[in-house]
Amino acid sequence: MAALGSSQNPYDAIVVGGGHNGLTAAAYLARAGKKVLVLERRHLVGGAAVTEEKYPGFKYSVCSYVVSLLRPWIIRDLNLTQHGLRLVPLECSYTPQPDDAGLCRWADPDKNRREIQRLSRKDADNYPEFGKLMGKLARFAKPFIDEVAPDPTSLSPSDLWQLKKAGDRFKELGDDLAALQFKLTTMGGVDFLREFFESDQLIAPMSCSGIIGTMLGVNSPGTAYVLLHHYMGEIDGSSRAWGFPIGGTGAVSEAIASSARSFGAEIRCEAPIAKVRIAHGEATGVILENGDEIASRTVVSGCDPSLTFLRFVGEEHLPTDFATSLKRYKDRGSSGKVNLALDRFPEFKHRPGIGPHVMGDVAIAPSTDYLETAYDEAKYGTFSSRPFINVVFPSVLDPGMAPPGKHVMSCFVQYAPYDIATGPETWPEHREAFGDAVVDTLAEYMPTLKEDILHRQVLSPWDIQEEIGITEGNIFHGELGLEQLLFQRPTAGWARYKTPVRGLWLGSSGAHPGGGIMGSPGAMAVQEMLRLGAV
Amino acid sequence: MPRTTPFHSRTSALMESMAWKEWAGYAAACNFDAHSEREYFAIRQSAGLLDVTPLYKYDVTGPDAASFLSRVWTRDITKLKPGRVVYGCMCDGDGKVLDDGTITYLGEDAFRVTSSEPWLGWYSRHSRGMDVEIEDSTDRISALALQGPCSRDILRELTDCDLDSMRFFGTAAGKIAGADGRITRTGYTGDLGYELWMHNADAERVYDALLEAGKPYNMEPIGLDALDVSRIEAGFVLQGIDYICAQRCLIEARKSTPEEAGLGWTVNLDREGWIGRDALLREREVGPKWGLVGLELDWAELEELYDQYNLPPHLAPVACRSAVPVYSSGRSQVGQVTSSTWSPTLKKYLALGQVYAQHAKVGTKLKVEYTVEFERRTVTATVVKRPFFDPERKTFTPNAQPKEGA
Repeated sequence: MAALGSSQNPYDAIVVGGGHNGLTAAAYLARAGKKVLVLERRHLVGGAAVTEEKYPGFKYSVCSYVVSLLRPWIIRDLNLTQHGLRLVPLECSYTPQPDDAGLCRWADPDKNRREIQRLSRKDADNYPEFGKLMGKLARFAKPFIDEVAPDPTSLSPSDLWQLKKAGDRFKELGDDLAALQFKLTTMGGVDFLREFFESDQLIAPMSCSGIIGTMLGVNSPGTAYVLLHHYMGEIDGSSRAWGFPIGGTGAVSEAIASSARSFGAEIRCEAPIAKVRIAHGEATGVILENGDEIASRTVVSGCDPSLTFLRFVGEEHLPTDFATSLKRYKDRGSSGKVNLALDRFPEFKHRPGIGPHVMGDVAIAPSTDYLETAYDEAKYGTFSSRPFINVVFPSVLDPGMAPPGKHVMSCFVQYAPYDIATGPETWPEHREAFGDAVVDTLAEYMPTLKEDILHRQVLSPWDIQEEIGITEGNIFHGELGLEQLLFQRPTAGWARYKTPVRGLWLGSSGAHPGGGIMGSPGAMAVQEMLRLGAV
Repeated sequence: MPRTTPFHSRTSALMESMAWKEWAGYAAACNFDAHSEREYFAIRQSAGLLDVTPLYKYDVTGPDAASFLSRVWTRDITKLKPGRVVYGCMCDGDGKVLDDGTITYLGEDAFRVTSSEPWLGWYSRHSRGMDVEIEDSTDRISALALQGPCSRDILRELTDCDLDSMRFFGTAAGKIAGADGRITRTGYTGDLGYELWMHNADAERVYDALLEAGKPYNMEPIGLDALDVSRIEAGFVLQGIDYICAQRCLIEARKSTPEEAGLGWTVNLDREGWIGRDALLREREVGPKWGLVGLELDWAELEELYDQYNLPPHLAPVACRSAVPVYSSGRSQVGQVTSSTWSPTLKKYLALGQVYAQHAKVGTKLKVEYTVEFERRTVTATVVKRPFFDPERKTFTPNAQPKEGA
């Protein structure tokens, strides 16, 4: 089927979308000596991991704002440190309360214990034990995210071999932990946490990690599993929670892009594609929006599955059952982002000062009822009037993000359902009201906040779709629900980066192991391509 | 019982960890919080403020000051220009290193020498008959190190010294927060940074002013733990750890020549008339026995090692100063690692050590002992160039004047 000879086929691969996964794929391809071209629609690379100066002197990590699961082996393979990657660990997780100092969860166990003791002596004792259990389970689960996902419905020797290895690891866990693992995959986050803790003030912020990026509540079944992802996070090779990239998340993309270029990859911005060019069921290149056609032997998509298959490929080129299951794929973005430029630091009412307590993330999650109520509103198509907000102050960790003494504040906000009652396209009309709800909520904890706002950027899921290009603005390219993970990401039978369109590969967050700044879908897609001699 | 420095009222008020250790008879902060991670990142991303008063300081003055120092130190101080500082080492008659430190040009025939050990006795012995006065100013002068990418911006607001044209290893006398003092563009972190020298009486006000000026830049007070990680990243040797002052050694085997201590670059054997030269000329004939090397441990192998014990890799949050053997690929011991640390910036496990000269070439693969679960294992390590971390900002000067020669 060599319709195009290699002489007319200058590129071994075209990567569609210069997000961090696309760039990672390009870097791995170039590193393997392949001729690669990255095409990015916007004027800068990074996709959702971009740093932009929306207000003079103030830099926003526009969408994605922290790094947890960026694979250490990718950092090493791509020499990302030499290309400028700098990760600073977040110091703590702070959950303020409207009427008291709230709870800080620290890295130091003794400090942490003293803090939790104020709420419950029992919880203070149980906390490290819980951490140890989760650490063990994360150790069991981690190989899954660093390997191609085995398919339990397949009888191929490699799947069976992988499943046997997983089974062996499962056996090593012991009966108690295996039972716990089962609970973890079926229970709601709050219920699961209540098996260990009694303090609602402690359970509420912990349960939040189970709902991020999903259209589920903290009590919804299945949300417990995502808690585990928190314990898989590692920076510096040792298990750790979260890191902040110096220069914002755009600096991570820049580092990967710089690495890709150093291996010889070509990156072209402001080059939106219209279609993947398909001849005889095989991807042979891309067609740009301006009509230009670029030929390549393979195409790797760094875009979400819905965008890739339903728009760039087109249903007519897809097997019916594949198209059907893709249409069932849940994108449904549920979160927004508010970025603020501040004249001075907005001190917390009950924990004033710029201390270590603001050098991590701040979760506005005062109680589990608060979180569930926020979900209630979203279920029926409005944004939460009192949402869950995850705040980071990048300028406290990296003085380069704002002028001296000034600050930027990054607020991840949930829930902001894509499918708002009046229709997603009406989001622009609700955008500022949504921004007001966020600022009003925050002002209950930071009384001077409103006076100090110099600039505000509000992004609804609609805006994320329109500006960044992610379908329905889902930050993970589709929910991280168990039914859309592992061998079912994006759909059963197609979790190995290969797609029903020959020559087209999926290397985005919509592929295994999923979203967040990890880089693995991009890297593992290429490893699979190389292994199979596809490029 | 260590004494306190003139900054103690300030540093002790900021310290939550009660972590003091003895440094040259003074109480010095190890860290200010339960761990030193934030302090380390301050050095690399904003700025860290460290009390370095315990450094031994000698003010050497008089017509023979330069020639005296040129005799005792490996550097030719008669050529040290106004406004400059030089780093060097000092040897005994056998060419074995006694100490390393800096020499700052204070004025005509006036210099300030720093070191890690007290040397008034040695200096007096070797200045007989010379017209030179040597004052131990250790207890009179307080010193701070302000290190990190924001250090220039912070300090600029507090001084009349022209920091934008002060080059790496430059110095100027001037006001610091209204007090008479001196600034040197030096440090032990391998980053942009300055050291500030002032009278004890001004110490507190300078510290207060720096804390205030540092606020918008998220400056942190830092302790020796964070410093230790950054100095290993910078590839700097530490006297007493990576090499031992020859005068303290009970046996010859512990002593090192400058070449063997990684300080060969501070030595000019063509220059005559300095202590240790004759012995080092002889060493040049046969070559040094040891080489000081930077080593990078193979992380994947380390991770695998832990995995064999069903453990995630566990790294101490501080640099390690306990020496471990280094083996050649043929399993014979060829040296030792003396300092090692995980580098949070480079994401690598780094080590400094001494190995037989024939194993010291860049690229050589060696094996370093590594203990997991009480069992001694080895991990592959590669000899790499030092410094491990060398940011451009360390030497960049915004308004660099044409070089006057160092």
